[in-house]
Amino acid sequence: MSQSPPRTWDEFMEGIWRQNPVFVMVLGMCPTLAVTVSGVNALSMGVATTFVLVFSCGLISLLRKLIPKEVRIATYIVIIATFVTVVDYVIQAVSLALYDALGAFIQLIVVNCIILGRAEAHASKTPPGVAMINALGMGVGFTIGLLALGTVREIFGAGTLFGVALFGESFQPWVVMVLPPGGFFVLGSWLLFFAALERRKQRKLAEATQNA
Amino acid sequence: MHESAAQIFINALLANNFVLAMFLGLCPFLGVSGKLETAFPMGVATTFVMLVASLCAYGLNLLLTYFNLDFLRLISYIVIIASSVQLVEMVLKKYSPALFRALGIYLPLITTNCAVLGVALFQTAREYDFVQSMTFSFGGGAGFTLALVLMASVRERLTLSDVPSVAQGTALSLMLAGVLSLAFMGFAGLGG
Repeated sequence: MSQSPPRTWDEFMEGIWRQNPVFVMVLGMCPTLAVTVSGVNALSMGVATTFVLVFSCGLISLLRKLIPKEVRIATYIVIIATFVTVVDYVIQAVSLALYDALGAFIQLIVVNCIILGRAEAHASKTPPGVAMINALGMGVGFTIGLLALGTVREIFGAGTLFGVALFGESFQPWVVMVLPPGGFFVLGSWLLFFAALERRKQRKLAEATQNA
Repeated sequence: MHESAAQIFINALLANNFVLAMFLGLCPFLGVSGKLETAFPMGVATTFVMLVASLCAYGLNLLLTYFNLDFLRLISYIVIIASSVQLVEMVLKKYSPALFRALGIYLPLITTNCAVLGVALFQTAREYDFVQSMTFSFGGGAGFTLALVLMASVRERLTLSDVPSVAQGTALSLMLAGVLSLAFMGFAGLGG
């Protein structure tokens, strides 16, 4: 790695803020909405995806000069599927309860657009070190996105956070939050929130340039 | 598993709609649902891929179980799906170039449509037999098409209405999807 530290930091931060996979690029929606009924599920899904993302991007980047252009997508998918199989068996061995909670969505990491998108757009063009750091940033950004959804849905839908009860006995959970429509609503609200934030920033910028 | 074919079909189509209840295939759902005229063919193409993939996955699963190669399941499924998408792409390119252009990038992306892999994985996990598998994948595909068409129709109407500019785009689509999903919850319990 001949990159200077700021550049590397930039690669890492890209996925967390400027190109956050969940909130900015709106990629990988299926696991985002399906598994985020609780904070624990969201966190484990995020970690599993990050693992696959980092290692497949690293391997693809190592092999980038060997893979013929015509069959690159197929090669990427086979590499990704290999790492997902590893994660699948690891989760099954570590915690069966978690495995049942996440269900088929662990195996569906294969078709998560974020991973293939990173492989195609980034890892196939950069050396392994940079590619892995960028992938790690993306993974962390994805995990943050999942947590943002999972915690909100758990707090409202079950009155707990990571399994710890937050409210008293009399709390009536909003069941709709842990049901499918809740996922759509919460993600929609987050996107609205970020859009409003962006709007405010632009207005302030415009005012600043006018005053100057 | 003693579900009748009709139950499986209704379940996959309405009660557990792939898109609105199980969150499978959201990328094309949000991406191609802008116009009705592309939404419907996209649904049909996906349904076709699902049927082919489900058929192959069923055969393959027998083979893998016979040779005790369970850990290769995921990799072989994805290769099968990629090949059937390639097939659909070639057929469409030959017989309907206009449609081929309209679907654009979303056609090869059927490969990474979780709904297709989802069908293959769920039918294996639930140990469906041959008829059940085919019904399941057809119901799932029809459900996907239904959701896509509904969403596209609503979005076409919405282009004429006055929406606050901050809410436009994905946020609005997600809210719409939420309302549709809420409506589909009314079907819960229908498949028994």
